[in-house]
Amino acid sequence: MGRGELLFLLKGLQWTLVLSAVGFVCGTFTGLGVALARTSGFRFLERIAAGYIALFQGTPLLMQLFVVYYGLALYGMKLHAWVAIAIGFTLHASAYLGEIWRGAIEAVPRGQVEAAKALSLGYFWRMKDVVLPQALRISLPATIGFLVQLIKGTSLAAFVGFTELSRAGSMVSNQIFKPLLVFGIVGALYFAICWPLSLYGTRLERQFAAATR
Amino acid sequence: MNYKFDFGPVLDGFPNLMWGCLGTLGLALSGMMLAIMIGIGGVVLRDGRVKPLRWLVMGFVEIVRNTPFLVQIYFIFFALPLAGILFNPTITAIIALGINGGAYAIEIIRGGVQSINKGQVEAGLALGLRKSVIFRTIVLKPALRAIYPSLTSQFVLLTLTTSIASAVSAYELTSVAKRIESDSFRSFEVYGTVTLLYLAMSWLVMLILNSLGSRYFNYPTK
Repeated sequence: MGRGELLFLLKGLQWTLVLSAVGFVCGTFTGLGVALARTSGFRFLERIAAGYIALFQGTPLLMQLFVVYYGLALYGMKLHAWVAIAIGFTLHASAYLGEIWRGAIEAVPRGQVEAAKALSLGYFWRMKDVVLPQALRISLPATIGFLVQLIKGTSLAAFVGFTELSRAGSMVSNQIFKPLLVFGIVGALYFAICWPLSLYGTRLERQFAAATR
Repeated sequence: MNYKFDFGPVLDGFPNLMWGCLGTLGLALSGMMLAIMIGIGGVVLRDGRVKPLRWLVMGFVEIVRNTPFLVQIYFIFFALPLAGILFNPTITAIIALGINGGAYAIEIIRGGVQSINKGQVEAGLALGLRKSVIFRTIVLKPALRAIYPSLTSQFVLLTLTTSIASAVSAYELTSVAKRIESDSFRSFEVYGTVTLLYLAMSWLVMLILNSLGSRYFNYPTK
């Protein structure tokens, strides 16, 4: 494998990172909305949020990407392929993050909410200053776990022809006929990104378990 | 939006889609069985006496959990011929699913095994039970019971992961859908329908695993 091929893989890696970052950041905002709707106390809103989460957790990410990718095209939206894919990952992330944060919000001790109410804090301030900071701490290990999941998931963008790391790997492998070497390197690159994150997540989890014991 | 939906190709291909569903469920089931075997074997080695084996299992778990399934299945697809097995998409898919699910199963089952009170094992030893009997009945079964819910959701995830096996064109729902799509160009209709089929299958798998669990683990704890 020459320099050119290796650079091509690194270029793919760059797109994997961009896609993961966009999906995660946009998914964070929308996911927060989903989590708040899911815990809002309004039955109708909660049902919709629960249905949304169940839909995304019960279907393969690959199908979600296909449906969003071809669905947006139906509406005649002239979007760049990678924008459509980024929207797909955002929706996917919002459902999973929404469910993680719902659990975290519900795990904040009830007394905290009651105390905030007794101080006559409105919903916005109660959430922003009392509940969400604590929920964030509780949810951090699971959130990082999902980030790893998302980074690995971006490999599926290859199915709709987006050249990120995995597709770059297939292309190089078809060119130089050394699949084991190429996919070995591709796997190592993913590992180099995901493993430190996983370790960090596990460490946080252990710290949190020790703190609450 | 002036697109006319046409579900004709989907309806024409419906019998094929159903066969695809069976293929998916078959892959998922075989993958789960392999995963649980790797999971239990892995836990035995991981907490065993032989240090190199422990490191090997640790490394295996970390590598599998931190690389995408797509890369794993490609790697296995091209590595199997070296082991004397010719390119066979379905066998590749089952092995890849088993390895991937197995790595997660090791971590999950291990958590359950660690939750078993040491006194229980000592009680078993005091009663003169053989080590294998102690492991099976005192450690493994209650451990599996404790972690059954997380194992169930991991296996539902595994069922959804089978769709990626279409990358090596194993026989399952997504590859059937791809064929119908490339014949008819009705991408949205085909994949929309298939998405709902997957939703139904993941519920089915959850239902089956839950009822199996409540049957097998139906005994009081205290």
